[in-house]
This record gives sequence, structure tokens and C-alpha cells, in this order.
Amino acid sequence: MVVKVYGPAFASPKRVLVCLVEKEVEFETVPVDLIKGEHKHPDYLKLQPFGTVPVTQDGDYTLFESRAIIRYYAEKYKSQGTDLLGKTIEERGQVENWLEVEAQNFHPPVFNLTFQIMFTPILGIPTDEKLIKESEEKLDKVFDVYEERLSKNKYLAGDFFSLADLSHLPFTQYLVCQMGKEYMIRDRKHVSAWWDDISNRPSWKKVLELYPAPGA
Amino acid sequence: MVVKVYGPVRAACPQGVLACLLEKDVEFEIVHVDLDSGEQKKPHFLLRQPFGQVPAIEDGDLKLFESRAIIRYYAAKYEDRGPKLLGKSLEERAVVDQWVEVEAHNFNDLFYTLVLQLVILPRMGQPGDLALARSCEQKLEKVFDIYEQRLSNSTYLAGDSFTLADLTHLPAIRYLMTDAGGLAHLVTQRKHVNAWWQAISTRSAWKKLMNLANY
Repeated sequence: MVVKVYGPAFASPKRVLVCLVEKEVEFETVPVDLIKGEHKHPDYLKLQPFGTVPVTQDGDYTLFESRAIIRYYAEKYKSQGTDLLGKTIEERGQVENWLEVEAQNFHPPVFNLTFQIMFTPILGIPTDEKLIKESEEKLDKVFDVYEERLSKNKYLAGDFFSLADLSHLPFTQYLVCQMGKEYMIRDRKHVSAWWDDISNRPSWKKVLELYPAPGA
Repeated sequence: MVVKVYGPVRAACPQGVLACLLEKDVEFEIVHVDLDSGEQKKPHFLLRQPFGQVPAIEDGDLKLFESRAIIRYYAAKYEDRGPKLLGKSLEERAVVDQWVEVEAHNFNDLFYTLVLQLVILPRMGQPGDLALARSCEQKLEKVFDIYEQRLSNSTYLAGDSFTLADLTHLPAIRYLMTDAGGLAHLVTQRKHVNAWWQAISTRSAWKKLMNLANY
């Protein structure tokens, strides 16, 4: 039975897709049109009561929250594909640390930027320029921390590519392409090298090719 | 070697770590960080936690921050003792992770904004944004409705036993029930959420923490 991933056109589901490709796990996708509000449909809410994407269905087993899903598949298929969790409990601790950094410090401002810049025009709602400015300032500070971290470590959790780096791919891709903010990456030597490394992984290129973002 | 936990014993995120260590019977030492004077933003602390937040831990050579990373680490390291905070299988563990993510993304921001506007800013002599607080409260009502539905089908959030998914809610809900006056109804008016809160807040590890924090 092949795992189904809902909402592949959008950013958070892409965390799951790139993880599955790295782990050499077959999957199918089910489109969910966020622009049309399909994620707030009663049928979808039965799968994900908070009305967000992704959801995965693996036979009878349903999961939501992309960062829970990637942890599961990274562990379940530990012995195949890329090791995304480190080799020891301590290394996994570092992966968890920087995956949480992505979720708590990186995600909120980059999500605000994404929604305001990319989606308010499509949805026909007023764009909050003040929020854009504040979010970019917050994200600048986050990238300063990353620059320091990446000057000492090739990847966020240490010398190995992990879920912590992977988790940054979808929204950083939006930042660099659709949002025209590549300078935030390029102005920082180590962040820039890190971005080139992780975004050129074949798994990421495959995901982008197969599932272009809306309006891409 | 004793785990050093950096952060005030009365701050929400350090409490999550302390509750986990108490559940797993892991010895720790609390190193107080004075948030009121901004100690967490001072250079010496930024070396430990570059975002200037609490908690951080130091366990011999191991240094970690982000409470939800720290609790996952200790729950895995001490999987064999105390309660199965990560569930009993990989599939159960993923459901635990799912609800910890729910707490982090759907619950925590609302709770934090509410407390900031209703308690922290007024305490600092600044007016809170009451409209924002009311909007957060309405959103939190909807989140608790979803929890009520979940807990009507499941004794604990991730299944039939207490796990990190429940633990990670303890500090914030304690706050809602006591300090952030007028919000206890979010819990008490929902039968299953209320029963769940009673069960998780009367655990001996949590009671030990309440003593340590001198509530």
C-alpha cells in the first residue's frame, strides 16, 4: 500500500514529499485546493480537524502535522535512503533542537511573509505591509543566528544533512523565488553555501519539478 | 551527572522540561535566569541559546535548547523507565509528535498572545490590546472544541496513556486555570477537556513541580 500525501502543490506538504524521496518511499498525492478553500470542507476536516495541509494516509493510518510525519518516516525507514536523524541519540537531539528552531523561530515570520506577499493578492484580501516589514526584520535576525551556526557546522544539526535542514526547503524556496528575497540568503556567506547545498539535492529538484507551487 | 536546566522554574517552557525530567526520575539542577531584567538577552546567555529564550540544558558535554526538542531527547534516552512518554510503538510515537506539533502551532501562539496582552503588558505598565486578546480567546475556543472532540474518543491526546502530547500542555493550561483570570471556563465548560486536565494535573510529577515552583 502506497502512502497518500494531501496538498502537494503547497509548502508544508513538500516537507513530507522531499523526506519520502530521500527515504526512497513510494507515494501518491491527492490535490487540495487551498485557494478554493477545500481544506475547510467538512470532508477534509474529518481528516485534519485544524484544516491545514498536509495529511498522510498509509493504509488505515492517518497522520497530520508535516514535522510529525517526517519524523515518523525518517525513523520507520531508517535503514534505507538518506539517514535524516543522525546516528546516535545525542545527534538526534541536535536534529530535534534545530527542527524546533525551524518550527518556532524561522517558520512564523517566513509564513507571514508567504501569506502576505504570495497569497493575499490571489485571495483578494488587503496586504499588511507593516507585518511584511516586521516579519522580514525578524527573519533577518534568525538568519544571523543561522550564519553563525553554519560558520561552525556544515549543516544545522552538525556535519550531516538532516530533517532540520530539510524542513527549511519549502518556504526558503518561496523566499528565494516567488518572494524575490534571495538577497537574505546571498548576503550571508555560510547561509548561502548551505542553501546551495540543500536546494540542489536531487530529491528537492524532483519535488519542485513534479509539484510546482500554485502560480509558479 | 546532573542535568542543568536554565530558566525560571515559573516560566512555561522550562516547566515542560522539568515535568518531563520528573516523570522520568532524572536528577536536575535549576539554574535561574532572570527574565524580568532581560538576562536571557545578555551575551553570556546568547552563547547558550542564540535566540535569547529559555530553557536550555547542559548535560555533561551535551547542550540543547527548545523545550520540545529537550523533552523528546530525554523521553527517548530514558524510554525504558517511567511512563512511556513516546507511546509504545513507532506509530504511537508519531501520533504523540502530531499532538506536540498541534500544541506548538495551533495552541501555543494563541495562549502566549493572550497572556502577553492580559497579564504581562499590564504588569509592565503598558495597556494590553483587548481586541487582540478577545480574538485569541475566540480562536482558542475553537481549538478547545477540537480537543473536546478528540478527548471524547481518546483518554489522552495521543491514545490511552499519558505522553509528551499531554505533558506539553500542562504549563499553559495551568496558567489559564489560575493566573490569566477569567479563562478557566475554556477548560471547565468542556466535559472531556476538564476530565483530561484533572487527570494530567494531579500526576505526582506535576505536583512535585508545583511544589518546587512554590505555587
